[in-house]
Formats: sequence, C-alpha cells, structure tokens
Amino acid sequence: MDRHRRHRVGKLMNLRRFSLIAVPYVWLLGLFLVPFLIVFKISLSDIALSIPPYTPTLELSEGWAGFRDFLSQLDFENFEFLATDDLYWKSYLSSVQIALISTLICLAIGFPIAYGMANAPREWQPTLMLLVILPFWTSFLIRVYSLIGILSQEGMLNQFLMWIGLINAPLTILNTNIAVYIGIVYTYVPFMILPIYATLTKLDGSLLEAAEDLGCSRTEAFWRITVPLSKAGIIAGCFLVFIPALGEFVIPSLLGGSETLMIGKVLYEEFFANRDWPVAGAVAVILLLILIIPIVLYQRNEQKMMDADT
Amino acid sequence: MRRLTWFNATSLTLGFAFLYIPMIVVIIYSFNESRLVTVWGGFSIKWYGELLQNEAFLDAAWVTFKVGFFSSIIATILGTMGAYVLVRGGRFYGRTLFSGMIYAPLVMPEVITGLSLLLLFISIGLDRGLFTIVLAHATFSMCYVSVVVSSRLVSFDRSVEEAALDLGCTPFEAFRLVTLPIIAPAVISGWLLALTLSLDDLVIASFVAGPSATTLPIKVFSSIRLGVSPEINALSTILIGLVTIGTIAASLTTKRAVMRRRREEQMAEQAG
Repeated sequence: MDRHRRHRVGKLMNLRRFSLIAVPYVWLLGLFLVPFLIVFKISLSDIALSIPPYTPTLELSEGWAGFRDFLSQLDFENFEFLATDDLYWKSYLSSVQIALISTLICLAIGFPIAYGMANAPREWQPTLMLLVILPFWTSFLIRVYSLIGILSQEGMLNQFLMWIGLINAPLTILNTNIAVYIGIVYTYVPFMILPIYATLTKLDGSLLEAAEDLGCSRTEAFWRITVPLSKAGIIAGCFLVFIPALGEFVIPSLLGGSETLMIGKVLYEEFFANRDWPVAGAVAVILLLILIIPIVLYQRNEQKMMDADT
Repeated sequence: MRRLTWFNATSLTLGFAFLYIPMIVVIIYSFNESRLVTVWGGFSIKWYGELLQNEAFLDAAWVTFKVGFFSSIIATILGTMGAYVLVRGGRFYGRTLFSGMIYAPLVMPEVITGLSLLLLFISIGLDRGLFTIVLAHATFSMCYVSVVVSSRLVSFDRSVEEAALDLGCTPFEAFRLVTLPIIAPAVISGWLLALTLSLDDLVIASFVAGPSATTLPIKVFSSIRLGVSPEINALSTILIGLVTIGTIAASLTTKRAVMRRRREEQMAEQAG
C-alpha cells in the first residue's frame, strides 16, 4: 500500500468513526439534552395567555440585545411559588414517603421469593425465573388494570375477606393510598426479585455449611452470611423500585383517590389541566433534583458490583 | 442437596399467587357472558367479538403497531451504534456526556421525558402525531438497546476481531462478519425490549401524541378510567396470551441454543 492510498484509507476510517459517533450523539443531544434544557428554560419563564403559553420567548432575529433581554426576564419565581404553596412540597413529601414504604414492602415480599427461588431444586429454576420475567414483559397498564377488579368494593379481595369472616362489610380499598401501595408493590416486585436472586445464586453454599459447622444456628448464618453477601442485589433492587415509583403517574391516577398526592400526577395535571407550563417545568426540575441522589448512589452500587465480578 | 423447605415453599407459593391471581381473574372474566364484571353469567366469547368490531380499538392497535415497528428498528440501529461507541469508541471529545446521555433516560421519570419532548416539538413547530411518537420512543428505547448490547460487547473476546483485522478485513467487514454475529443475540433481545417498551408506553405517548394518533395504551387508559369492562378484559387476555407465548418461545430458543453450543463444545473437545 503506497503512502498516498494509506492516507486516504485513514481519512475514510476517520470519517466512518466520526459518523459512527456523531449519529447517536447528535440524536441524543437533540432529543434528550436540548428538550431538557427547554424544560429548564421554561421553568424560569412566566405564564402568559398566548401560544405558547409562557413568556419570554427567545427571538433570535433581535440578535445579542434580544438574547440579553430574554435572559433578564428569566427568574426563579416559579420555584419560589412551589416553595410557598404547600400542595407542592406536600406532594414531594408524600411521593417520597409512598415510594419509600413501597420499596420496603417490595423488599419484604421480594427477598423471600428470591431466596425461595435460589434454594429451589436446580431443574425448577428456569421455570421460576420465567414466572418472574413474564409479568415484567406483560403490559404495565394491564397489570394495574387487573388490580382494579380485585380491589373494588365488590371485588374479589373484599369477597374473600368477608367469606373467611375477617370483615363484615366491604372495605374501601380502591381510590385510596392503600391501593397505590398495593399497585406499586404488585407492578415493581419483579425488579426487586431479579437482582436479589442474581446475587443469591452466586452465593457459595460452602460458606453456610462452614458457619453451621462452626456452631452458627441457621438463622444466625442467614443474617451473618446470606444477607451481607446479597447486599449489592438488595441495594440494586431497592433503587430499581424506588426511582420509578417516585415519579409514578399511572398507578396514582388509576388506583389512587383525591387524597393521593404524587408528584408525577401533579406535574401531569399542572401541564394538561391547568396549562401552567412554567410551573410544570419547575415541578419537573425539582423532581429531577430529588432523584439525583438515589441515581448517583445506584450507579455507584452498580459500579461496585461490576468491579466485584471482574 | 437443595431441598424445598417449608418456608421456601410457602413464600414461593404466596409470592407467585400474588403475582398471578389478578391476571388470572382478568382472563377468567373475559369469558364471562354477563356485562357485570363481578357476576358470573356463564361462559361466552362474545366480548372478543365485540372487541374485534370496535373500530377505535382496532385503529389504536394499528397505530401502536406502526409506532412499535418503526421506533424499535431505529432504536436498535442507534442503540447498537451507541453501544459500539461506548465500548469500542476509544476516547473522543464529550465521551462522558455521551455515556451520561445513554444512561440518564433509563432512570428519568416518564413524565419528565414526555414533558421535555413535547416542549421540544412545540418549540420547533413539529406537528404532533405518529412521527413524534416514533421519535420519542426511538430515543428512550435506544438507551435500553445500548445497555443490553454493550454488556455483550464488553464480555466477548476482542482478539477475534483483531484477528479479522490482521487478516485483511476492513473495520466494517470485521464488524459485519465477526462482531455482528457474536452480538446478534443481544441485538435481538435489545430489539424485543425496544418493541415491548414502545407497545407498552402510555405516559410519554400521551404527552407527544396529537389528536390524530391515539395508541392502544392511551385508548385503554381512557376507557379504564371509566371502570372495568369486559372488552378490556378480552383485550388484556389477548395481550397476556401473546406475551406468554413470546416469552416461552424465547426461553425455549435460548435453551436450545445453549444446549447446542454445549454439545459443539464437547465435540470440539473430543476432536481436539
């Protein structure tokens, strides 16, 4: 290969490499980063009776002066409004509370299932795994829907409870926060089971035998060996439930009632029902700020798990 | 060695009962003759007939199918490129931002993704409809595809790629002839994931869909708000059935592939 040709091939490769990087890069910049910057910008704007319903809008035709003018009109008014109106901070608090409690219930239900799966006869395990994955692939909306019939006044749960004589009159479960908890736990528990199961199957059984030989009781061995060694899976599962549960919209709007305050629902209503785009933008920005802490912790845990594997 | 203790058997039974009873109830009641969803009026498949005559549902299903088809293909191509760039791209300007943009949409609440895309489409004056839903779905699904494909790219032996290059393949040929066949299972599962995510999505679609394009989840959501209905039960049963068949088929195929590979490895060992 003479030098000239090599140079050309090199150039072509660079061009190929450049376009390989540029295509997904530009796509994500345009459809992920820029939209988010727009949300941030609108959260600093004021609501207006116009199309689009906020002010100021950026007029590039006016050049630098127009841009300066545009910047000077942005302010943190909407954030101040969110801080003073107790609807918003109550919704944030109650979203965090609902997500947190649901995560703990998911752990309490998911861990025994994962533990049972990991300790089941080996030839059962693919089937059990399939049984956990199946709900995961099934439409989220349909799984939430299937709960409506169960939890309603005349639903199966009330009929069952009355049949075994635990209650005399049907309970109101649907359209309360209890239904929201049940809904989140029901739809997200597979996310808890899978990572815990993954760490439990990697657990070396001889450690438990050694502990028992050295005089640990079974329960003691469980708490001192099984639980610490499955910590990474537990943490991953908790974040995988907590993060999406915090911004949940479908479950509170289908299963929750008027008392249910969740920030995803507030954002949706602020935008579509009240058409207050700047406030909806501010709500989104704060939700993201709240989520940054668990997301960073989750990433760190994933990194640790990857390092432990290699 | 492994035995099912009383405790484990109970937790498995109760756990799977919790996961499956609601869906089984929906399936049973889809065959209910009565319109009342709590009273059993005898076996009937009439709600399936009603469903198939419901134009609004059929139109929405067709829109959903088109969106899923196009967005999952775009997402698979972009996501595979993204994974390749992440794992094999080396250093380039803005790499951290790029990997951040791949991982962030996975944990972004759907309401925020939907809101931000809608505001983008409005500010560039793009009419909302099928096209905007495809763009939105392709964007968040490509990140899932990237994650699935990059985990496969990380784990495979890079020397086979280098061997192909040494033997005179161009980088593109090496990718097409060596890398792609190896990562193909991951690309296919990434595509399936992208397709499912698109068919399933309600929140993002309801932000970016205009009045001209209603997807099936949007349609189902608005009728669920009015309460439980036998048609929705029938629709749910069909969807649950499709997913069940698909999942079982996929797991059987992987099982067979694993067994075949094991057999080939054994044969190679014996031959060597």
